[in-house]
Amino acid sequence: MTELSTREACGLTLVKLGEKEKNIVVLDADLSASTQTRKFAEKFPNRFFDMGCAEQNMIGTAAGLALSGKVAFASTFASFMTRGWEQIRNTVAHDNINVKLIASHSGFTDAADGATHQCFEDIAIMRCLPNMCVFSPVDVIETEQIIENEIHRKGCSYIRLNRIGMPKVNDDNYKFEIGKPVKLTEGNDVTIFATGTMVSEALKSREILQKENISVLIINVPSIKPLDKNKIVKYAKDTGLVVTVEEHNIYGGLGSTIAEILIENYPVKMKIMGVKDRFGESGEYKHLQQKFGLNYEEIVKNTKDLIRSGKTHE
Amino acid sequence: MYNIKELEDKAKVIRRHIINSIYSAGSGHPGGSLSCTDILVALYFNVMKHGDRFMLSKGHAAPALYAILAECGHFSVTELKNLRKNDAYLQGHPDCNISGVEVSSGSLGQGLSIANGMALASKLDKLNNRIFVIMGDGECDEGQVWEAAMTSTHHKLDNLVAIVDRNRLQVDGKTEDVVSLEPFRQKWEAFGWNVTEANGHNIKELIDVLNQKVEGKPHMIIANTIKGKGVSFMENNLAFHGKSPSKEEFANSMEELK
Repeated sequence: MTELSTREACGLTLVKLGEKEKNIVVLDADLSASTQTRKFAEKFPNRFFDMGCAEQNMIGTAAGLALSGKVAFASTFASFMTRGWEQIRNTVAHDNINVKLIASHSGFTDAADGATHQCFEDIAIMRCLPNMCVFSPVDVIETEQIIENEIHRKGCSYIRLNRIGMPKVNDDNYKFEIGKPVKLTEGNDVTIFATGTMVSEALKSREILQKENISVLIINVPSIKPLDKNKIVKYAKDTGLVVTVEEHNIYGGLGSTIAEILIENYPVKMKIMGVKDRFGESGEYKHLQQKFGLNYEEIVKNTKDLIRSGKTHE
Repeated sequence: MYNIKELEDKAKVIRRHIINSIYSAGSGHPGGSLSCTDILVALYFNVMKHGDRFMLSKGHAAPALYAILAECGHFSVTELKNLRKNDAYLQGHPDCNISGVEVSSGSLGQGLSIANGMALASKLDKLNNRIFVIMGDGECDEGQVWEAAMTSTHHKLDNLVAIVDRNRLQVDGKTEDVVSLEPFRQKWEAFGWNVTEANGHNIKELIDVLNQKVEGKPHMIIANTIKGKGVSFMENNLAFHGKSPSKEEFANSMEELK
Protein backbone atom coordinates (compact mmCIF):
# COMPACT_ATOMS: atom_id res chain seq x y z
CA MET A 1 0.00 0.00 0.00
CA THR A 2 1.46 3.32 -0.98
CA GLU A 3 1.37 6.38 1.17
CA LEU A 4 2.04 10.00 0.29
CA SER A 5 5.05 10.82 -1.86
CA THR A 6 7.99 12.41 -0.12
CA ARG A 7 7.28 15.70 -1.89
CA GLU A 8 3.78 15.75 -0.40
CA ALA A 9 5.14 14.80 3.00
CA CYS A 10 7.59 17.70 2.78
CA GLY A 11 4.86 20.16 1.80
CA LEU A 12 2.71 19.14 4.75
CA THR A 13 5.60 19.10 7.21
CA LEU A 14 6.64 22.64 6.32
CA VAL A 15 3.09 23.81 7.02
CA LYS A 16 2.89 21.90 10.30
CA LEU A 17 6.23 23.15 11.55
CA GLY A 18 5.79 26.62 10.05
CA GLU A 19 3.27 27.39 12.73
CA LYS A 20 5.66 27.31 15.65
CA GLU A 21 8.92 27.84 13.76
CA LYS A 22 8.45 31.47 12.81
CA ASN A 23 11.89 31.70 11.25
CA ILE A 24 11.12 29.32 8.41
CA VAL A 25 10.82 30.90 4.99
CA VAL A 26 10.13 28.95 1.82
CA LEU A 27 11.10 29.82 -1.75
CA ASP A 28 10.07 28.16 -4.99
CA ALA A 29 10.79 28.67 -8.67
CA ASP A 30 7.29 28.70 -10.15
CA LEU A 31 6.63 25.04 -9.35
CA SER A 32 4.89 25.33 -6.00
CA ALA A 33 1.88 23.30 -7.07
CA SER A 34 4.08 20.36 -8.05
CA THR A 35 6.65 20.68 -5.29
CA GLN A 36 3.82 21.19 -2.77
CA THR A 37 5.28 24.34 -1.27
CA ARG A 38 2.02 25.97 -2.27
CA LYS A 39 0.54 24.60 0.93
CA PHE A 40 3.02 26.71 2.92
CA ALA A 41 2.34 29.65 0.61
CA GLU A 42 -1.36 29.52 1.35
CA LYS A 43 -0.90 29.28 5.10
CA PHE A 44 1.99 31.75 5.48
CA PRO A 45 1.89 34.02 2.43
CA ASN A 46 4.26 36.63 3.81
CA ARG A 47 6.93 33.97 4.43
CA PHE A 48 6.72 32.43 0.99
CA PHE A 49 8.64 33.80 -1.96
CA ASP A 50 7.88 32.58 -5.43
CA MET A 51 10.92 33.59 -7.42
CA GLY A 52 9.35 32.64 -10.71
CA CYS A 53 11.31 30.71 -13.30
CA ALA A 54 14.68 31.85 -11.90
CA GLU A 55 16.58 29.23 -9.95
CA GLN A 56 19.92 31.02 -9.61
CA ASN A 57 18.14 34.06 -8.24
CA MET A 58 16.17 31.81 -5.89
CA ILE A 59 19.36 30.33 -4.41
CA GLY A 60 20.94 33.77 -3.88
CA THR A 61 17.78 35.16 -2.34
CA ALA A 62 17.51 32.15 -0.04
CA ALA A 63 21.09 32.81 1.06
CA GLY A 64 20.31 36.45 1.81
CA LEU A 65 17.29 35.45 3.89
CA ALA A 66 19.30 32.83 5.76
CA LEU A 67 22.04 35.37 6.45
CA SER A 68 19.31 37.42 8.14
CA GLY A 69 18.36 34.75 10.65
CA LYS A 70 15.85 32.78 8.60
CA VAL A 71 15.88 29.06 7.89
CA ALA A 72 15.43 29.14 4.14
CA PHE A 73 13.95 26.21 2.24
CA ALA A 74 14.52 26.61 -1.50
CA SER A 75 12.44 24.27 -3.60
CA THR A 76 12.26 23.19 -7.22
CA PHE A 77 12.66 20.07 -9.34
CA ALA A 78 16.02 18.34 -8.87
CA SER A 79 16.87 18.82 -12.54
CA PHE A 80 16.38 22.59 -12.31
CA MET A 81 18.12 22.92 -8.97
CA THR A 82 21.28 21.97 -10.86
CA ARG A 83 20.94 25.21 -12.78
CA GLY A 84 21.94 27.01 -9.63
CA TRP A 85 24.86 24.69 -8.81
CA GLU A 86 27.48 27.40 -9.03
CA GLN A 87 25.51 29.63 -6.71
CA ILE A 88 25.06 26.66 -4.38
CA ARG A 89 28.79 25.98 -4.53
CA ASN A 90 30.22 29.47 -4.19
CA THR A 91 27.71 30.99 -1.80
CA VAL A 92 25.59 28.41 0.04
CA ALA A 93 28.10 25.60 0.48
CA HIS A 94 31.27 27.70 0.72
CA ASP A 95 29.82 29.82 3.54
CA ASN A 96 27.74 26.92 4.91
CA ILE A 97 24.66 29.12 4.85
CA ASN A 98 21.44 27.88 6.46
CA VAL A 99 19.75 27.04 3.18
CA LYS A 100 17.95 23.72 2.75
CA LEU A 101 17.57 22.71 -0.88
CA ILE A 102 14.36 20.79 -1.48
CA ALA A 103 14.84 18.89 -4.73
CA SER A 104 11.64 17.31 -5.86
CA HIS A 105 10.84 14.99 -8.78
CA SER A 106 14.21 13.28 -8.56
CA GLY A 107 15.23 10.26 -10.61
CA PHE A 108 12.64 9.49 -13.25
CA THR A 109 9.67 9.90 -10.93
CA ASP A 110 8.60 12.77 -13.21
CA ALA A 111 8.05 10.02 -15.72
CA ALA A 112 5.82 11.50 -18.43
CA ASP A 113 7.64 14.85 -18.65
CA GLY A 114 10.76 13.14 -19.99
CA ALA A 115 14.49 13.70 -19.97
CA THR A 116 14.83 17.39 -19.15
CA HIS A 117 12.62 17.05 -16.09
CA GLN A 118 14.31 13.90 -14.79
CA CYS A 119 17.50 13.96 -12.76
CA PHE A 120 20.17 11.31 -12.35
CA GLU A 121 23.18 13.44 -11.44
CA ASP A 122 22.17 15.34 -8.35
CA ILE A 123 23.58 13.11 -5.65
CA ALA A 124 26.94 13.16 -7.44
CA ILE A 125 27.20 16.91 -7.78
CA MET A 126 25.88 17.76 -4.35
CA ARG A 127 27.91 15.32 -2.27
CA CYS A 128 31.17 16.61 -3.71
CA LEU A 129 30.49 20.03 -2.18
CA PRO A 130 32.15 20.59 1.19
CA ASN A 131 29.64 21.40 3.97
CA MET A 132 26.68 20.10 1.95
CA CYS A 133 24.68 17.36 3.64
CA VAL A 134 22.76 15.08 1.27
CA PHE A 135 19.56 13.40 2.41
CA SER A 136 17.31 10.97 0.56
CA PRO A 137 14.26 10.10 2.67
CA VAL A 138 12.42 6.91 1.89
CA ASP A 139 8.95 7.62 3.29
CA VAL A 140 6.69 10.10 5.04
CA ILE A 141 8.03 9.70 8.56
CA GLU A 142 11.64 9.94 7.43
CA THR A 143 10.87 13.07 5.41
CA GLU A 144 9.13 14.71 8.39
CA GLN A 145 12.03 13.98 10.67
CA ILE A 146 14.71 15.13 8.25
CA ILE A 147 12.88 18.42 7.72
CA GLU A 148 12.44 18.93 11.44
CA ASN A 149 16.08 18.08 12.05
CA GLU A 150 17.18 20.54 9.42
CA ILE A 151 15.19 23.38 10.93
CA HIS A 152 17.33 23.09 14.03
CA ARG A 153 20.64 22.15 12.46
CA LYS A 154 22.70 25.09 11.25
CA GLY A 155 24.15 24.50 7.82
CA CYS A 156 23.21 23.70 4.26
CA SER A 157 21.66 20.54 2.92
CA TYR A 158 20.21 18.91 -0.17
CA ILE A 159 17.03 16.92 0.38
CA ARG A 160 16.14 14.61 -2.49
CA LEU A 161 12.42 13.97 -2.86
CA ASN A 162 10.35 12.17 -5.40
CA ARG A 163 7.06 12.66 -7.11
CA ILE A 164 5.46 9.26 -6.61
CA GLY A 165 3.95 7.69 -3.51
CA MET A 166 5.92 4.74 -2.18
CA PRO A 167 5.15 2.13 0.46
CA LYS A 168 5.78 2.98 4.11
CA VAL A 169 9.11 1.53 5.18
CA ASN A 170 9.76 2.73 8.73
CA ASP A 171 7.47 2.09 11.67
CA ASP A 172 6.05 4.84 13.85
CA ASN A 173 8.86 4.51 16.40
CA TYR A 174 11.48 5.36 13.80
CA LYS A 175 14.02 8.01 14.72
CA PHE A 176 16.13 9.50 11.94
CA GLU A 177 19.74 10.10 12.87
CA ILE A 178 21.97 12.13 10.64
CA GLY A 179 24.76 9.96 9.23
CA LYS A 180 23.15 6.66 10.17
CA PRO A 181 22.20 3.96 7.68
CA VAL A 182 19.15 1.97 8.74
CA LYS A 183 19.02 -1.81 8.84
CA LEU A 184 15.65 -2.97 7.55
CA THR A 185 16.09 -6.76 7.38
CA GLU A 186 18.54 -9.36 8.62
CA GLY A 187 20.48 -11.40 6.06
CA ASN A 188 23.67 -13.41 5.54
CA ASP A 189 24.29 -13.72 1.84
CA VAL A 190 24.28 -10.25 0.29
CA THR A 191 24.02 -6.71 1.64
CA ILE A 192 21.79 -4.41 -0.38
CA PHE A 193 22.30 -0.70 0.21
CA ALA A 194 19.38 1.25 -1.22
CA THR A 195 18.04 4.77 -1.06
CA GLY A 196 14.79 6.56 -1.85
CA THR A 197 12.42 4.82 -4.24
CA MET A 198 14.68 1.79 -4.60
CA VAL A 199 14.32 0.77 -0.96
CA SER A 200 10.87 -0.68 -1.51
CA GLU A 201 12.12 -2.47 -4.63
CA ALA A 202 14.89 -4.02 -2.52
CA LEU A 203 12.32 -5.12 0.06
CA LYS A 204 10.21 -6.72 -2.69
CA SER A 205 13.23 -8.59 -4.01
CA ARG A 206 13.82 -10.12 -0.58
CA GLU A 207 10.69 -12.26 -0.70
CA ILE A 208 11.65 -13.77 -4.04
CA LEU A 209 15.23 -14.37 -2.97
CA GLN A 210 14.07 -16.06 0.24
CA LYS A 211 12.27 -18.67 -1.83
CA GLU A 212 15.65 -19.57 -3.28
CA ASN A 213 17.20 -19.64 0.19
CA ILE A 214 19.07 -16.42 -0.33
CA SER A 215 18.87 -14.03 2.62
CA VAL A 216 19.62 -10.38 2.05
CA LEU A 217 20.61 -7.74 4.56
CA ILE A 218 18.78 -4.61 3.41
CA ILE A 219 20.09 -1.23 4.48
CA ASN A 220 18.30 2.05 3.81
CA VAL A 221 20.68 4.99 3.38
CA PRO A 222 18.73 8.19 4.02
CA SER A 223 21.83 10.19 4.93
CA ILE A 224 24.23 9.88 2.01
CA LYS A 225 26.44 12.62 3.37
CA PRO A 226 27.48 12.48 6.16
CA LEU A 227 27.60 8.71 6.37
CA ASP A 228 28.89 6.50 9.17
CA LYS A 229 31.77 4.60 7.55
CA ASN A 230 32.04 2.08 10.34
CA LYS A 231 28.44 0.99 9.94
CA ILE A 232 28.86 0.58 6.18
CA VAL A 233 31.96 -1.56 6.67
CA LYS A 234 30.17 -3.66 9.30
CA TYR A 235 27.20 -4.30 7.01
CA ALA A 236 29.56 -5.27 4.21
CA LYS A 237 31.46 -7.62 6.52
CA ASP A 238 28.18 -9.25 7.60
CA THR A 239 27.77 -10.81 4.16
CA GLY A 240 30.88 -10.22 2.04
CA LEU A 241 28.91 -9.20 -1.05
CA VAL A 242 27.30 -5.80 -1.78
CA VAL A 243 24.64 -4.56 -4.15
CA THR A 244 23.74 -0.87 -4.22
CA VAL A 245 20.62 0.44 -5.90
CA GLU A 246 19.45 4.01 -6.56
CA GLU A 247 17.35 5.98 -8.99
CA HIS A 248 20.48 7.86 -10.05
CA ASN A 249 23.37 7.45 -12.47
CA ILE A 250 25.70 4.55 -11.67
CA TYR A 251 28.40 7.20 -11.51
CA GLY A 252 28.77 9.34 -8.45
CA GLY A 253 25.73 8.46 -6.35
CA LEU A 254 25.05 6.03 -3.52
CA GLY A 255 27.00 3.25 -5.21
CA SER A 256 30.09 5.39 -5.51
CA THR A 257 29.69 6.54 -1.92
CA ILE A 258 29.61 2.93 -0.65
CA ALA A 259 32.41 1.87 -2.98
CA GLU A 260 34.66 4.70 -1.76
CA ILE A 261 34.23 3.56 1.82
CA LEU A 262 34.67 -0.14 1.14
CA ILE A 263 37.63 0.08 -1.22
CA GLU A 264 39.67 1.78 1.52
CA ASN A 265 38.45 -0.31 4.43
CA TYR A 266 37.04 -3.64 3.32
CA PRO A 267 36.99 -4.22 -0.44
CA VAL A 268 34.27 -6.65 -1.48
CA LYS A 269 32.66 -7.59 -4.76
CA MET A 270 30.07 -4.97 -5.55
CA LYS A 271 27.31 -4.47 -8.06
CA ILE A 272 26.29 -0.84 -8.49
CA MET A 273 22.75 -0.61 -9.82
CA GLY A 274 21.54 2.67 -11.21
CA VAL A 275 20.70 4.44 -14.43
CA LYS A 276 23.37 3.25 -16.83
CA ASP A 277 24.77 6.66 -17.75
CA ARG A 278 21.98 7.65 -20.06
CA PHE A 279 19.37 10.37 -20.08
CA GLY A 280 15.75 9.75 -19.26
CA GLU A 281 12.71 9.63 -21.47
CA SER A 282 8.93 9.85 -21.29
CA GLY A 283 6.83 6.90 -20.23
CA GLU A 284 5.04 5.41 -17.27
CA TYR A 285 7.11 5.05 -14.13
CA LYS A 286 6.80 1.26 -14.00
CA HIS A 287 7.79 1.01 -17.65
CA LEU A 288 10.84 3.23 -17.06
CA GLN A 289 11.83 1.15 -14.04
CA GLN A 290 11.87 -1.88 -16.26
CA LYS A 291 13.61 -0.13 -19.15
CA PHE A 292 16.35 1.24 -16.90
CA GLY A 293 16.69 -2.04 -15.03
CA LEU A 294 15.73 -0.58 -11.66
CA ASN A 295 13.05 -2.82 -10.21
CA TYR A 296 12.91 -5.76 -7.84
CA GLU A 297 13.28 -8.27 -10.68
CA GLU A 298 16.62 -6.78 -11.65
CA ILE A 299 17.72 -6.64 -8.03
CA VAL A 300 16.98 -10.36 -7.74
CA LYS A 301 18.93 -11.09 -10.90
CA ASN A 302 21.94 -9.01 -9.90
CA THR A 303 21.99 -10.45 -6.42
CA LYS A 304 22.06 -14.00 -7.74
CA ASP A 305 24.75 -13.11 -10.32
CA LEU A 306 26.88 -11.62 -7.57
CA ILE A 307 26.58 -14.73 -5.42
CA ARG A 308 27.54 -16.90 -8.40
CA SER A 309 30.65 -14.79 -9.04
CA GLY A 310 31.99 -15.56 -5.58
CA LYS A 311 33.19 -13.53 -2.65
CA THR A 312 36.37 -11.50 -2.28
CA HIS A 313 36.98 -12.86 1.21
CA GLU A 314 36.01 -16.50 1.76
CA MET B 1 31.40 63.04 11.68
CA TYR B 2 33.86 63.59 8.83
CA ASN B 3 33.68 66.59 6.52
CA ILE B 4 34.14 66.24 2.78
CA LYS B 5 37.86 67.13 2.86
CA GLU B 6 38.45 64.51 5.55
CA LEU B 7 36.57 61.94 3.50
CA GLU B 8 38.66 62.77 0.45
CA ASP B 9 41.79 62.30 2.55
CA LYS B 10 40.42 58.99 3.74
CA ALA B 11 39.95 57.95 0.12
CA LYS B 12 43.61 58.67 -0.54
CA VAL B 13 44.60 56.51 2.43
CA ILE B 14 42.44 53.71 1.06
CA ARG B 15 44.04 54.03 -2.37
CA ARG B 16 47.50 53.80 -0.84
CA HIS B 17 46.44 50.67 1.03
CA ILE B 18 45.09 49.16 -2.20
CA ILE B 19 48.33 49.63 -4.11
CA ASN B 20 50.42 48.53 -1.15
CA SER B 21 48.49 45.34 -0.53
CA ILE B 22 48.30 44.33 -4.19
CA TYR B 23 52.01 45.01 -4.71
CA SER B 24 52.80 43.01 -1.60
CA ALA B 25 50.66 40.15 -2.87
CA GLY B 26 52.05 40.30 -6.37
CA SER B 27 48.52 39.94 -7.77
CA GLY B 28 45.06 41.42 -7.39
CA HIS B 29 42.68 43.85 -9.04
CA PRO B 30 43.83 47.46 -8.77
CA GLY B 31 41.63 48.96 -11.51
CA GLY B 32 38.28 47.93 -10.11
CA SER B 33 39.36 48.51 -6.53
CA LEU B 34 40.40 52.09 -7.23
CA SER B 35 37.24 52.86 -9.20
CA CYS B 36 34.87 52.10 -6.31
CA THR B 37 37.03 53.58 -3.52
CA ASP B 38 35.10 56.83 -3.23
CA ILE B 39 31.77 55.01 -3.15
CA LEU B 40 33.02 52.79 -0.33
CA VAL B 41 34.35 55.79 1.60
CA ALA B 42 31.02 57.59 1.26
CA LEU B 43 29.18 54.49 2.49
CA TYR B 44 31.38 53.41 5.34
CA PHE B 45 32.39 56.81 6.70
CA ASN B 46 29.16 58.73 6.24
CA VAL B 47 26.05 57.13 4.81
CA MET B 48 25.68 53.72 6.46
CA LYS B 49 23.99 53.78 9.84
CA HIS B 50 24.17 51.15 12.56
CA GLY B 51 22.20 48.15 11.33
CA ASP B 52 22.71 48.89 7.64
CA ARG B 53 24.28 46.10 5.64
CA PHE B 54 26.72 46.01 2.75
CA MET B 55 27.56 43.46 0.09
CA LEU B 56 30.47 43.71 -2.33
CA SER B 57 29.04 41.88 -5.31
CA LYS B 58 32.05 42.82 -7.44
CA GLY B 59 34.22 40.76 -5.13
CA HIS B 60 37.48 41.36 -6.98
CA ALA B 61 37.51 44.87 -5.45
CA ALA B 62 38.40 43.09 -2.20
CA PRO B 63 41.57 45.18 -1.72
CA ALA B 64 39.38 48.26 -1.45
CA LEU B 65 36.96 46.61 0.94
CA TYR B 66 39.75 45.25 3.12
CA ALA B 67 41.37 48.68 3.33
CA ILE B 68 38.03 50.15 4.42
CA LEU B 69 37.44 47.40 7.00
CA ALA B 70 40.95 47.86 8.41
CA GLU B 71 40.42 51.61 8.71
CA CYS B 72 37.13 50.86 10.48
CA GLY B 73 38.95 48.70 12.99
CA HIS B 74 37.79 45.23 11.96
CA PHE B 75 41.40 44.06 11.91
CA SER B 76 44.85 45.55 11.99
CA VAL B 77 46.08 47.62 9.05
CA THR B 78 49.24 45.50 9.16
CA GLU B 79 47.13 42.57 7.91
CA LEU B 80 46.75 44.27 4.51
CA LYS B 81 50.30 43.44 3.43
CA ASN B 82 49.47 39.73 3.88
CA LEU B 83 46.75 39.80 1.23
CA ARG B 84 46.67 36.52 -0.73
CA LYS B 85 49.70 35.11 1.03
CA ASN B 86 49.94 31.49 2.24
CA ASP B 87 47.52 30.87 5.12
CA ALA B 88 46.55 34.55 5.00
CA TYR B 89 43.51 35.97 6.75
CA LEU B 90 42.75 38.19 3.77
CA GLN B 91 41.79 35.98 0.85
CA GLY B 92 42.02 37.05 -2.80
CA HIS B 93 38.26 37.62 -2.82
CA PRO B 94 36.02 38.43 0.18
CA ASP B 95 35.62 35.50 2.53
CA CYS B 96 32.91 35.21 5.17
CA ASN B 97 35.54 34.39 7.79
CA ILE B 98 36.90 37.94 7.57
CA SER B 99 35.52 40.33 10.15
CA GLY B 100 33.13 42.74 8.44
CA VAL B 101 32.43 40.44 5.49
CA GLU B 102 28.94 38.93 5.77
CA VAL B 103 29.10 36.66 2.75
CA SER B 104 31.87 35.51 0.44
CA SER B 105 31.92 36.90 -3.07
CA GLY B 106 34.04 36.73 -6.18
CA SER B 107 31.78 34.89 -8.57
CA LEU B 108 29.99 37.74 -10.31
CA GLY B 109 26.28 38.25 -10.64
CA GLN B 110 25.18 36.87 -7.29
CA GLY B 111 25.24 39.88 -4.97
CA LEU B 112 21.97 41.51 -5.97
CA SER B 113 20.04 38.29 -5.28
CA ILE B 114 21.67 38.01 -1.86
CA ALA B 115 21.00 41.68 -1.13
CA ASN B 116 17.36 41.11 -2.10
CA GLY B 117 17.15 38.27 0.41
CA MET B 118 18.49 40.58 3.11
CA ALA B 119 16.08 43.32 2.11
CA LEU B 120 13.15 40.90 2.14
CA ALA B 121 14.11 39.72 5.61
CA SER B 122 14.24 43.33 6.81
CA LYS B 123 10.74 43.97 5.45
CA LEU B 124 9.49 40.77 7.07
CA ASP B 125 11.00 41.71 10.41
CA LYS B 126 9.97 45.36 10.04
CA LEU B 127 13.54 46.55 10.44
CA ASN B 128 14.35 50.13 9.62
CA ASN B 129 17.70 49.45 7.97
CA ARG B 130 19.08 49.70 4.45
CA ILE B 131 20.93 47.20 2.31
CA PHE B 132 23.71 48.46 0.01
CA VAL B 133 25.33 46.47 -2.76
CA ILE B 134 28.09 47.51 -5.17
CA MET B 135 28.17 45.76 -8.54
CA GLY B 136 30.44 46.07 -11.52
CA ASP B 137 29.13 47.09 -14.93
CA GLY B 138 30.69 44.09 -16.68
CA GLU B 139 29.03 42.05 -13.94
CA CYS B 140 25.67 43.12 -15.37
CA ASP B 141 26.29 40.75 -18.27
CA GLU B 142 25.21 38.00 -15.88
CA GLY B 143 21.57 37.02 -16.35
CA GLN B 144 21.10 36.50 -12.65
CA VAL B 145 21.51 40.26 -12.14
CA TRP B 146 18.37 40.85 -14.18
CA GLU B 147 16.48 38.07 -12.45
CA ALA B 148 17.31 39.83 -9.21
CA ALA B 149 16.46 43.24 -10.67
CA MET B 150 12.93 42.03 -11.37
CA THR B 151 12.62 40.67 -7.85
CA SER B 152 13.72 43.95 -6.28
CA THR B 153 10.98 45.83 -8.10
CA HIS B 154 8.33 43.16 -7.65
CA HIS B 155 8.75 43.23 -3.89
CA LYS B 156 9.08 47.03 -3.74
CA LEU B 157 12.42 46.83 -1.97
CA ASP B 158 12.87 50.53 -1.26
CA ASN B 159 15.28 49.57 1.54
CA LEU B 160 17.75 48.41 -1.12
CA VAL B 161 20.36 50.60 -2.79
CA ALA B 162 22.42 49.10 -5.60
CA ILE B 163 25.37 51.00 -6.98
CA VAL B 164 26.96 50.08 -10.28
CA ASP B 165 30.61 51.04 -10.57
CA ARG B 166 30.26 52.17 -14.20
CA ASN B 167 33.89 52.35 -15.22
CA ARG B 168 33.06 51.18 -18.74
CA LEU B 169 35.77 48.52 -18.81
CA GLN B 170 35.64 44.81 -18.18
CA VAL B 171 38.33 42.13 -18.56
CA ASP B 172 38.26 41.60 -22.31
CA GLY B 173 37.79 45.23 -23.27
CA LYS B 174 35.42 48.18 -23.06
CA THR B 175 31.97 47.12 -21.97
CA GLU B 176 30.48 48.60 -25.12
CA ASP B 177 32.80 46.52 -27.28
CA VAL B 178 32.31 43.22 -25.46
CA VAL B 179 28.55 43.25 -24.85
CA SER B 180 27.10 46.72 -25.01
CA LEU B 181 25.19 47.67 -21.89
CA GLU B 182 23.77 50.95 -23.24
CA PRO B 183 21.13 52.20 -22.91
CA PHE B 184 22.07 51.23 -19.35
CA ARG B 185 20.03 53.72 -17.35
CA GLN B 186 16.93 53.01 -19.38
CA LYS B 187 17.31 49.28 -18.80
CA TRP B 188 17.12 49.75 -15.04
CA GLU B 189 14.25 52.20 -15.40
CA ALA B 190 12.42 49.70 -17.59
CA PHE B 191 12.90 47.15 -14.82
CA GLY B 192 11.07 49.54 -12.50
CA TRP B 193 13.98 50.96 -10.52
CA ASN B 194 14.41 54.52 -9.32
CA VAL B 195 17.62 55.42 -11.16
CA THR B 196 20.03 58.22 -10.46
CA GLU B 197 23.43 58.90 -11.94
CA ALA B 198 26.35 60.37 -10.10
CA ASN B 199 29.98 61.21 -10.50
CA GLY B 200 31.49 58.17 -8.79
CA HIS B 201 34.47 60.20 -7.58
CA ASN B 202 32.60 63.14 -6.09
CA ILE B 203 32.06 62.13 -2.50
CA LYS B 204 29.64 64.94 -1.71
CA GLU B 205 27.48 64.05 -4.69
CA LEU B 206 27.62 60.36 -3.76
CA ILE B 207 26.46 61.09 -0.23
CA ASP B 208 23.50 63.14 -1.48
CA VAL B 209 22.46 60.47 -3.94
CA LEU B 210 22.96 57.58 -1.50
CA ASN B 211 20.56 59.22 0.91
CA GLN B 212 17.75 59.60 -1.61
CA LYS B 213 14.80 57.27 -1.53
CA VAL B 214 11.65 56.79 -3.55
CA GLU B 215 8.85 54.98 -1.74
CA GLY B 216 8.14 51.55 -3.11
CA LYS B 217 11.08 51.38 -5.51
CA PRO B 218 14.59 49.98 -5.20
CA HIS B 219 17.28 52.56 -5.90
CA MET B 220 19.91 52.12 -8.61
CA ILE B 221 22.80 54.55 -8.60
CA ILE B 222 24.88 54.47 -11.75
CA ALA B 223 28.19 55.83 -10.51
CA ASN B 224 30.23 57.04 -13.44
CA THR B 225 33.80 56.14 -12.59
CA ILE B 226 37.26 55.71 -14.00
CA LYS B 227 38.87 52.32 -13.67
CA GLY B 228 42.17 52.78 -11.87
CA LYS B 229 41.19 56.22 -10.59
CA GLY B 230 43.91 57.91 -8.61
CA VAL B 231 46.93 56.45 -10.39
CA SER B 232 47.37 58.19 -13.72
CA PHE B 233 48.86 55.30 -15.71
CA MET B 234 46.24 52.88 -14.39
CA GLU B 235 43.30 55.11 -15.31
CA ASN B 236 41.18 53.61 -18.10
CA ASN B 237 43.90 51.03 -18.63
CA LEU B 238 42.59 47.51 -19.29
CA ALA B 239 45.92 46.03 -18.29
CA PHE B 240 45.36 46.91 -14.66
CA HIS B 241 42.11 45.00 -14.27
CA GLY B 242 43.91 42.13 -12.61
CA LYS B 243 47.61 42.90 -12.53
CA SER B 244 49.94 44.02 -9.78
CA PRO B 245 52.16 47.06 -10.46
CA SER B 246 55.84 46.45 -11.12
CA LYS B 247 58.44 47.80 -8.71
CA GLU B 248 58.74 51.00 -10.70
CA GLU B 249 55.00 51.31 -11.20
CA PHE B 250 54.51 50.82 -7.48
CA ALA B 251 56.92 53.63 -6.67
CA ASN B 252 55.21 55.92 -9.18
CA SER B 253 51.75 55.05 -7.79
CA MET B 254 52.74 55.86 -4.24
CA GLU B 255 54.32 59.11 -5.40
CA GLU B 256 51.04 60.16 -7.04
CA LEU B 257 49.03 59.13 -3.99
CA LYS B 258 51.13 61.12 -1.52
